Amino acid sequence: MNPVNYLYLAALLFTIGAAGVLIRRNAIVIFMCIELMLNACNLAFVTFSRMHGNLDGQIIAFFTMVVAAAEVVIGLAIIVTIFRSRHSASVDDAGLLKL
Amino acid sequence: MENLIGLLVLVPLLGAGVLLCGGRRLDSSAPWIGTLLAALSFVIGAVLFAGMLGRDGEDRELGTTVFSWVPVGDFRADVGFQLDQLSMTFVLLITGVGSLIHLYSIGYMAHDERRRRFFGYLNLFLAAMLLLVVADNYLLLYVGWEGVGLASYLLIGFWQHKPSAATAAKKAFLVNRVGDVGLSIAIMLMFTTFGTFAFGPVLEGADRAGEGKLTAIGLVLLLAACGKSAQVPLQSWLGDAMEGPTPVSALIHAATMVTAGVYLITRSGAIFDGAPDAQTAVVTVGAVTLLFGAIVGCAKDDIKKALAGSTMSQIGYMILAAGLGPIGYAFAIMHLVTHGFFKAGLFLGAGSVMHGMNDEVDMRRYGGLRSYMPVTFVTFGLGYLAIIGFPGLSGFFSKDKIIEAAFAKGGTEGWILGGTALLGAAITAYYMTRVMILTFFGEKRWQPDAAGEPPHPHESPRTMTVPMIVLAFGSVFAGGLFSLNDAFLNWLEPVTGHAEGHSPVTAVQVTAATMVVLFVGVALAWAQYGRAPVPVTAPRGNVLVRAARRDLLQDDVNHIVLVRGGEHLTRSLVYLDHTVVDGVVNGTAASVGGLSGRMRRLQNGFARSYAVSMFGGAAVLVAATLLMRAV
Amino acid sequence: MSFPLLTATAAVPALGAVATAAVPAARRTAAKWLALAFSLATLLLAAVQLVRFDPEAKGPFQLTESHAWIADFGVRYELGVDGIAVVLIALTALLVPFIVLAGWHDADPLETKSTRWRPTQGFFALILMVEAMVVIAFEATDVFLFYIFFEAMLIPMYFLIGGFGDRAGERPEAETATQRSYAAVKFLLYNLVGGLIMLAAVIGLYAVTAHQLGTGTFSLTEIVQARANGELEFATTTERALFLGFFFAFAVKAPLWPLHTWLPNAMGEATAPVAVLITAVVDKVGTFAMLRFCLQLFPEASKWATPVILVLSLISILYGALLAVGQRDIKRLIAYASISHFGFIVLGIFAMTTQGQGGATLYMVNHGISTAALMLVAGFLISRRRSRLIADYGGVQKVAPVLAGTFLVGGLATLSLPGLAPFVSEFLVLVGTFSRYPAVGVIATVGIVLAALYVLVLYQRTMTGPVKEAVRGMPDLRVRELVVVAPLIALLLFLGIYPKPLTQMIDPAVEHTMSQVEKGDPQPDVRVNDVEAAK
Repeated sequence: MNPVNYLYLAALLFTIGAAGVLIRRNAIVIFMCIELMLNACNLAFVTFSRMHGNLDGQIIAFFTMVVAAAEVVIGLAIIVTIFRSRHSASVDDAGLLKL
Repeated sequence: MENLIGLLVLVPLLGAGVLLCGGRRLDSSAPWIGTLLAALSFVIGAVLFAGMLGRDGEDRELGTTVFSWVPVGDFRADVGFQLDQLSMTFVLLITGVGSLIHLYSIGYMAHDERRRRFFGYLNLFLAAMLLLVVADNYLLLYVGWEGVGLASYLLIGFWQHKPSAATAAKKAFLVNRVGDVGLSIAIMLMFTTFGTFAFGPVLEGADRAGEGKLTAIGLVLLLAACGKSAQVPLQSWLGDAMEGPTPVSALIHAATMVTAGVYLITRSGAIFDGAPDAQTAVVTVGAVTLLFGAIVGCAKDDIKKALAGSTMSQIGYMILAAGLGPIGYAFAIMHLVTHGFFKAGLFLGAGSVMHGMNDEVDMRRYGGLRSYMPVTFVTFGLGYLAIIGFPGLSGFFSKDKIIEAAFAKGGTEGWILGGTALLGAAITAYYMTRVMILTFFGEKRWQPDAAGEPPHPHESPRTMTVPMIVLAFGSVFAGGLFSLNDAFLNWLEPVTGHAEGHSPVTAVQVTAATMVVLFVGVALAWAQYGRAPVPVTAPRGNVLVRAARRDLLQDDVNHIVLVRGGEHLTRSLVYLDHTVVDGVVNGTAASVGGLSGRMRRLQNGFARSYAVSMFGGAAVLVAATLLMRAV
Repeated sequence: MSFPLLTATAAVPALGAVATAAVPAARRTAAKWLALAFSLATLLLAAVQLVRFDPEAKGPFQLTESHAWIADFGVRYELGVDGIAVVLIALTALLVPFIVLAGWHDADPLETKSTRWRPTQGFFALILMVEAMVVIAFEATDVFLFYIFFEAMLIPMYFLIGGFGDRAGERPEAETATQRSYAAVKFLLYNLVGGLIMLAAVIGLYAVTAHQLGTGTFSLTEIVQARANGELEFATTTERALFLGFFFAFAVKAPLWPLHTWLPNAMGEATAPVAVLITAVVDKVGTFAMLRFCLQLFPEASKWATPVILVLSLISILYGALLAVGQRDIKRLIAYASISHFGFIVLGIFAMTTQGQGGATLYMVNHGISTAALMLVAGFLISRRRSRLIADYGGVQKVAPVLAGTFLVGGLATLSLPGLAPFVSEFLVLVGTFSRYPAVGVIATVGIVLAALYVLVLYQRTMTGPVKEAVRGMPDLRVRELVVVAPLIALLLFLGIYPKPLTQMIDPAVEHTMSQVEKGDPQPDVRVNDVEAAK
């Protein structure tokens, strides 16, 4: 199969993720959309790796996964804390860094 | 010998320094210190004069360079002195009359608590005036020129608590400054034309410069002379300057400072000789002023202002003579000297009258004073006879020569100038007779002063009468003495040169005509003031009289055009500076502030709107990169 | 290695600033004496500079010091003085002790209870700081080094203007404080904008030298040398752009119309000694830098811009004088008079004649002294009546004759009366301008009438006339005040009668500058020598 198709898929996934970030209000959903965008990027990297015949893209994909995992840990913690204090996970409500 | 010239200036300067910085300890001795130093400089002048007489005509000139003043590139101004016959004449006049007036002031200012300052200023004036006439280049002359202006400013405004005195002083300085602009430009023109402004090279090189340049230099020099010598159109300050103490009016505003313009033109003779157009301008100014001053003098009731009008008019004669070129220079200076005697005498007499009359200046409130103040009456009367040109007295000789020289100019011009000078002589006779009759003859029209005190006229103290007597001697004999074998003419000829004009009328005819107009003038005044009683308050008078009382409306014109116009200009400029120039900057600041206020609204705190701008930005970047690739 | 005299002259006041600032709150008087001592020490060093400086020596700069500083960017710590700089350093060092003395009580705290409150120490430390920076700006021959101190001067000046003002009289304290901070911010903004544009030009200069010489340099001597050898050649537009960048900054500082409006505010709100510091010391850096940097770095562009600059300076002369006539505030009047005088200085610089530039340099010195005399006496007057409005005075002459007398002498110097120092310089500027541009010279001469007008109107309204009630009982000058004014007046008289010591210093430097611009003086029509030969 033509590897370019994977790139189209990656672009599609990235767009869906971006649209989700912009449209949705719930922090958890936004978070998931960000993950979607990251994974779209990973897909693109892996595809590039395949197309160019070297491993650079795959290495970067691993890096991305590690960073994404770390980010999830911190991000989820923050979201949970915000939810506890405000009883809402809407990002629009969290306009201030203090209560 | 040369070193004495510097000393001549230094002695009164030292006096000024000591008296002005001396503090109250000197208060009581100040008048004598000042007078002594003035007399000392007269003695030095006399020694120099004696030395000069001992040498032959051609090498009487002394010169010395003291130090290099401002050397910058080709611009070399030295402090250097030059004493020739012309300067010598002035030195003797200044120090002689100056010493007499110092002496007079001892009595006149005896009760003024600030007399230490007064004598300091007088000494300062002497120093500046001496510097003016012994300087050997135009820039140093300029220093003296402004120095006398400063002294005049300080002395006119001496009674500073009177707002009118302060205003008059300011006006005098400002009008003089306009003239100074002329002198500045003249020096600059000399520098660009000759590369120097020392008398020697400039005057010797004058015939090699183009006529255009010489005319330009001549005209700006004339502007300078107009300012200092109160000639039309810069004459308006002189009348107001009478606010100063009377000795000041006598010394500065009659005998010496106001004649500096005549000195300047005579000194720059070589320049004017090469610029006929400038000469025409000079004689025109002289002729207009001699009539202007005379007419103003007829209408004033203030004795000092009437005399001030007369001064203007007499200096007009001198300027006229100086503008005639070599046929007139010597006569201009001769009239200047005789005028110095009789006008100073007249002013001192006026001061003596005021002294006895509770400082009243209105002549309509005098009358019949001749028996109360005999010395004043006699000396004033001799001065009066001298100024109207009574045969045998000083004014007769000097003024007659000027009228002759005016006719000798030749052609239509000669007739016009000669006629004007004759007419001026008639008016002089008229207004001086008027002053004489109003003051010393007729009924007593004395009025009590502001405090209700009636005047008790009395003769002035000895320190005041002695100078008046000495000056009266000068008024009587100086002219005759100068005319013996043309002594004055021969004395000045090495400096100013002399030429005989081609007069269409003979000297005898001129003298006869002068006598006729003199008689007419005196008779008219007698008819008007001697026979009929004089009202204490001035009648309204016709249009001409009212205009003449207001200095022929010159002040009004100045006021409307310059003062009002200037006020509007400065006010609108202040407004402009605040609104436009500053406004542009403040406006920029305000618009930056407004813009940032608007930008602040973009920071609304919604995470998703930030995200939109992020994506937008990223998209623009990607698009830009692609575009660059494509290109 | 010889003693670094130039560094020392700048370091002494800097040290003094630190020392003065460190004096404890309770020892206010000690801080004052300390500041005075350091300023006098600086004066001594400046005098040593004057003596060591040899006007006859070859080469543009003397007493030079040169050390690598930021080697990567070709920035060097390079100092050197020519005749112009050495004279201006002397002026600065001379004026600061008088400023300190005149401002002796200006920064006394109103209530003495607080033990932490130390405005006095700050005031004098800031003055010394400004002095140090001005001195080094005069000495710097490295463009970047100059730029740093040219800008850094703004910081202490900002605090001096904004932090210390006249004691409030009838106006409420809060209102004067607002006015003051407005003036300080305006001062800072104007000069910062000028400085930033100059920074761009400084970087541009580096770029050009780096491009053409291989290694970039900011050194004035190297650049001038390279230009002379033909190794460095500016493209016409580049040179003009760089010139404008430099000139703009200097024109703000000088200040030239229409960039002048910060000066009346700053001088009006600051105390009189600080106003003197602004106009007599700090502003001189602007006109000095025009001579040193604009003309020497960009001679062609200077000639190109001359017509416009001449017109601007003419406008400054007349406009400043006319506005001075219209002022109601004594200090603002003096500020506008200064604008008029700066017009004369710039006119002289760009007339490109020996007389013009020599006169302009002399004018900087004389204007410094005369304005200091006039402004400080005005300050003494204002401190007595607590008002800056001319209308609040009248008849002071009767009450305080010595004060009035010194005020008059200061005023007469301001209107360039012959016999006092400013006359010599003003006349030189006028002659220098006239010999190349007669019309400009004639118009500028009108300025002397206007100068007489504003000075005499000021004197008449404040000093003469009937004594006003509020003025009655006003004390005459005190000893400290007399100590400030008398030497200044003596100096005005001395330099008016014998300016040769200064012109001797300045002349070779001006000739050097003129040779950079490659313009000779116009020659007279009739040579004197011809006349003498014909004799």
